[in-house]
Amino acid sequence: MSSTAEVAPDRRAAVTGVWLHGVVRDVDRVALATVAGMGGVAVRAVSAAGLVAVVSTAPLDEYGEEPLRRNLEDLAWLERAARTHHAVVEALARQGPVVPARLATVHTDDGRVAASLAARRAELSATLARLTGRGEWGVKGYLVPGASVPSVASGAGGGGVGTAYLRRRRAQLTAREEHQQVASAAADAVHVALCEVAVAGRRHAPQDRRLSGVSAPMALNGAYLVDTAALPRFSDLVGSLGTRHPGLRLELTGPWPAYSFVAERPEPAGAGGESR
Amino acid sequence: MTAGQPPSVVQNSGQVLPAGHEPANLGDILERVLDRGIVIAGDIRVSLLDIELLTLKLRLVIASVDTARQIGIDWWEHDPWLSSRARPPVEPGPRDPEQVEAERRPRVAARARRRDAEVEEWDEFDG
Repeated sequence: MSSTAEVAPDRRAAVTGVWLHGVVRDVDRVALATVAGMGGVAVRAVSAAGLVAVVSTAPLDEYGEEPLRRNLEDLAWLERAARTHHAVVEALARQGPVVPARLATVHTDDGRVAASLAARRAELSATLARLTGRGEWGVKGYLVPGASVPSVASGAGGGGVGTAYLRRRRAQLTAREEHQQVASAAADAVHVALCEVAVAGRRHAPQDRRLSGVSAPMALNGAYLVDTAALPRFSDLVGSLGTRHPGLRLELTGPWPAYSFVAERPEPAGAGGESR
Repeated sequence: MTAGQPPSVVQNSGQVLPAGHEPANLGDILERVLDRGIVIAGDIRVSLLDIELLTLKLRLVIASVDTARQIGIDWWEHDPWLSSRARPPVEPGPRDPEQVEAERRPRVAARARRRDAEVEEWDEFDG
């Protein structure tokens, strides 16, 4: 956790860094001037290798290594940063394909950003080509409480009140387990079906209830890259899958910038420079 | 790519709800900007490990920031259920807090030991 020596904070010249929002093929610079970046200052473009990086100027007293680590733990700061970064990426996605950068990708200056564009030109260009004319859609599946859980006949069988309670309780637990298995199988089936219409699909970890803000457990947290032309078919399919699987409530969100489809492969091992 | 399409939310009733005027769900945004997106090594290093720890937290962040503060910031960090690495197939329903606590202790220690050893692996969980 030693702070870096390279980014000498006592040199007045080095007080700002460059926060990377995303990479595009081309950008309308006039429109860019209206997009608010980190700290509310308009974003700008850094061009290199036939690509354009859209960046914010990032004062290092807020976005330097130590401040950043501290600020990321500050949930109010994190929310502001995440929303701002996402808003920029979304503004870019409205114009065309964009490769979004993970939050908190900060370079020391424009030259370094240009160098990383040049170094990854082939990969970035290929990704941009793959995303053209497509959007990311999210499909979440929530367990429908009580769906397909058989109501337990009360009072059946001998024994006292306590026994009846225990029997009922056991039946409820079994029913819940079965319910979850059914929902899990339904989530698998929904994902497979959606992947047939989508160009690509990913399943992410289901969100915790506190994150989703929905009291029902989530069984499916999928992301799908969908051709714009196939979108009506895709959303119809979500509707019909919902009807076919009443144990799941499906929710479609989007279009999102293609966050889930920009890292097709993990970083090659030994790419160097990735670990510290 | 998405030009001309209004953002929308469709539910399986076939109902289409315009979502363009409402800020997207914070959880959805955090999940995307922290957990996904391309990883380019910046000069200012917030290591992937730091981001990963944050990702664990965001698994339950947070309808409300205040709620999170009340909860305290670290108890969910190492809950395997909240970890993207653990990734269970389907949410198992409410967990026994004592079990969660018992499971997380060895993980905390292991994570601390690993912390300086390896960073690279963290990018692969999303396969």
